[in-house]
Amino acid sequence: MQAHEYAEVTSTRANPHIDPVLHIWGWEVPVYLFLGGLVAGMLVINAYAVLSRREKEMPAAAKLFPMLGIPLLGIGLGALFLDLEYKLHVFRFYTTFEPTSPMSWGSWILLVVFGTSGLVALSAYVKSSWPLASFTKGLPMVKTLESFADRHARGLAIANAVLGVSLGIYTGILLSNFAARPFWNSGLLGPLFLVSGVSTGAALGAILSSAEGERHMLLRLDLMLMTTELVLIGLWVISMVSGGEASRASAELILGGPYAAAFWSLVVVVGLIVPITLELMSMRGRWRLTIVGPALVLVGGLSLRFVMVIAGQHIGY
Amino acid sequence: MSNKTQRRFGMAVDMRACVGCSACVIACADENEVPEGHTRRWVSEVVKGRFPELTAEVWSDCCQHCDDPPCVTSCPTGASHIHDQTGTTQVHEELCTGCKACVASCPYDARYVHPNGYIDKCTLCIHRLERGERTACEVVCPTEAIIVGDLDDANSAISKAVRSRQSKQQKLDSGTRPRFHLLQ
Repeated sequence: MQAHEYAEVTSTRANPHIDPVLHIWGWEVPVYLFLGGLVAGMLVINAYAVLSRREKEMPAAAKLFPMLGIPLLGIGLGALFLDLEYKLHVFRFYTTFEPTSPMSWGSWILLVVFGTSGLVALSAYVKSSWPLASFTKGLPMVKTLESFADRHARGLAIANAVLGVSLGIYTGILLSNFAARPFWNSGLLGPLFLVSGVSTGAALGAILSSAEGERHMLLRLDLMLMTTELVLIGLWVISMVSGGEASRASAELILGGPYAAAFWSLVVVVGLIVPITLELMSMRGRWRLTIVGPALVLVGGLSLRFVMVIAGQHIGY
Repeated sequence: MSNKTQRRFGMAVDMRACVGCSACVIACADENEVPEGHTRRWVSEVVKGRFPELTAEVWSDCCQHCDDPPCVTSCPTGASHIHDQTGTTQVHEELCTGCKACVASCPYDARYVHPNGYIDKCTLCIHRLERGERTACEVVCPTEAIIVGDLDDANSAISKAVRSRQSKQQKLDSGTRPRFHLLQ
């Protein structure tokens, strides 16, 4: 651009959290998207363990995941609730269904997830040695629900697999739906958030599992997912760089712009390249501290959501 | 998506007439009891060139009351909606959760969070339109730069102005089909 073509745009508008840069979503939304994706991954992996009849070999996926998923999702929803500006009206999500709104889809998906995975969690809980488990088992209603969950274990697993994939994709579509925010407006965000979510689920399983075989299996799975995630991130960056003016300007945010350092160091290097390297080294017997890689995957997953949510508000159309 | 409504109210601002005095901004805030520190209208200005070769454009700006409003399609509760009679984009306060999906979806950043928790924006003074009156901004404008009316009515002042003069719309690329015309 030649110097004499310089243009200055000013506006008298100064609405809080809108001007000069949109900042309506703080830490609550990325925390929710991270936990939502994590639980989505746990649902999918749990369903795999049940449907492939590997409950015994995969104790974390089969028993721990359902019991942990409910409180984790609860914390995520708590964060989302804190983000609402009109908290008293939270029930309004459930007085309608709006098919064009991803948030409306998400609200209903979450409700069904609480139902189906709640049943699986209850059945796993009363059989566990967790506090009050045997007392809970004695309650009349619980007996009915437990026997229902046990009789329909496979059906619930299929439901949880579908719901897990839906939940994971929805956490991405929630952002990609906004044409007004070109940094988010990519169809790749759905698969990216799903793959990242399942990857964090596998990482959590690898950290928590007491079974050597399950740990290995989840680490292998995570290796594939992390590689896929790298490819998806690459495709997403390419599609932004090769897009129109607004797309290219938003690519700039992570290519030398204000979020480049956080994105490439935390999301790509710490969250993907280092854990991939560690996993490859452990396959060759050159690395034994297998908890480090999965822990970094969790850090990377959370960082991805933070960078996406914060950076995406930085640029409009 | 096409939203067939009884009328299709829109706004035109004559850029040859608008001097950026902000009378419309004040009148709007007063008429609609806009909370302090917030604004439904604003004045935009673009200055091009280098002194002394300068050119400036100034106009009064607000919600574009789009034909295809993403704030309505992204709303999870039906709070953001298209008003049947006027075709304007409105918010049901009692349905709004303050999730801010509509704020994120608006390419014009025309919405804000009201201190009471719901999302607020220009209503095109719908309470006045329903009484057959003109909007506060249109009435107060000292240069008669603001024209509000039914774009589906071929005889309305706004239809005639948009038909007979060069005009532009902002951010057409974002695909919302705005009903806000800047007359050149």
